[in-house]
Amino acid sequence: MSTLLQSLVNALNLGGLYALYALGMAMVFGILRLVNFAHSSLIMAGGYTLVFTAGLPLIVRLVLTVAVCVALALVLELVAFRGVRAAAPETMLVTSFAVSMLLASLAESLFGALPRSTDVDPVFRESWTFGQVYLPKINVVTVIVVAVLIGGLGLFLTRTPAGLRMRAAAEDFSTARLLGVAADRVISLAFAISGVLAAAAAVLLLGANGSVTPTFGVNAVLFGLIAAVVGGLSSLRGAVVGGFVLGGASQVLQEVLPVALTPFRDALLFAAVFCLLVVRPGGLIRSGQGVRV
Amino acid sequence: MVDPLLSVRGLTVRYGSVTALHGVDLDVHQGELVSLVGPNGAGKSSTLAAVSGLVRPAAGTVTVAGDMVSGLAPERVVRHGVALVPEGRKIFTSLTVAENLALGATIRRDAAGVAADLERQLDRFPILRDRCSQQAGLLSGGEQQQLAIARALMSRPRLLLLDEPSLGLAPRLVDLVFETVAQLRREGLTIVLVEQNATRAVELADRTSILRSGRIVRSGTAEELGGGAAMAAEYLGGAEVGS
Repeated sequence: MSTLLQSLVNALNLGGLYALYALGMAMVFGILRLVNFAHSSLIMAGGYTLVFTAGLPLIVRLVLTVAVCVALALVLELVAFRGVRAAAPETMLVTSFAVSMLLASLAESLFGALPRSTDVDPVFRESWTFGQVYLPKINVVTVIVVAVLIGGLGLFLTRTPAGLRMRAAAEDFSTARLLGVAADRVISLAFAISGVLAAAAAVLLLGANGSVTPTFGVNAVLFGLIAAVVGGLSSLRGAVVGGFVLGGASQVLQEVLPVALTPFRDALLFAAVFCLLVVRPGGLIRSGQGVRV
Repeated sequence: MVDPLLSVRGLTVRYGSVTALHGVDLDVHQGELVSLVGPNGAGKSSTLAAVSGLVRPAAGTVTVAGDMVSGLAPERVVRHGVALVPEGRKIFTSLTVAENLALGATIRRDAAGVAADLERQLDRFPILRDRCSQQAGLLSGGEQQQLAIARALMSRPRLLLLDEPSLGLAPRLVDLVFETVAQLRREGLTIVLVEQNATRAVELADRTSILRSGRIVRSGTAEELGGGAAMAAEYLGGAEVGS
């Protein structure tokens, strides 16, 4: 019972993180059909912001991190993606690769290739222990933060006029524009939201790892993309479901695999993803009519 | 004579190396119903797409009430009072009927006026009132067409562009669409109607322009064109869809 609870929290923690990465990418993909690898740059920028604001009160650091991630997301949209918006999806994909590599190189020349460490908050290194159950506080915080963000995003999309315009644009961009939905604004908003999600990812990742490198966020974005594809890339609900399925599966593998095989956990996980996509190429949640949130 | 509400001059539309429209001129006056007919690929939909901003014309101008709208993005054109009911209806199938209608009023800020207009459209299309909270993708084709028209009207347009509104509908629903268009004209709305059902379109319209291979080959009233059926036989080879 106690280990079950511990595994459950771990699975939720991992799944929540994957869902967070997947949502950040699905947000932009839903509107622009752009697989935004530069999402990793946003997470990295958030990580370095936390490093360079060490010593300031936590709330100030969090606000600055969100501000930097959102500002960078908006600048990237304006500078890198607006010009290729009408281009083929491959062009946008390559652009996003280029942006992500450019910013990683920039970070390396500015801050060095070595990890830079910081403590987001000492609390994040503590754990609760109940008898046999060992719960890192960061895992609980992650689950709560992800739940609040997903719930907030869901409310925004379903209860506000701006959210309605985003859902319309995600389903049929040109018809939404015909009705007066401003393309630039809705795309900027999607990038801004992905910036907020990237900032949360940066805080939670750094809270757990303690250090940031120029490639910080690259793995996260890979897992996020896989989670989003598992769920069905153009649906936000799919991104969340995909994230938790991937996290849950990863945790199950961790528990049941013999010790000798645990290094191959991710390889087995991706093999399972591969099989899933052979059976259901559209992902778990069909991205056709009626499933987009 | 007063200036036309819609004035199109020398409108040319190209898709890559294919020229869909070769310098089309078209005037539509306040309160008029003008139909555009012609065979498939004649440039009817391209004309509406260029007027509404969906495609950027290669040459030519479009003015609405004297304001130049050619080259503007669709979200800007709609703010000049132009609403398009697109071919294939293009309703948002994942959203509810009410949400589709709310999106039709995206450009408006007068909440009270929007609420009043919503009531008017729900009175006009009672089936939509019953289905308000349903997902629009579950509606039948005829209901989706009514929703598409109601959604366009929610912007309170000065000029309504209808692209093939009767396409693919059962005869009873084709009647409903034509009755709706006639009713909207009686209410004083200025309308451009693109139809493959040429006979009925010509007879309903004040004036008709016949498009062929991207050019207007003839314009006039139903009498001037020798009656809808005769015109259809002469210019469209009698091939009509949905009549």
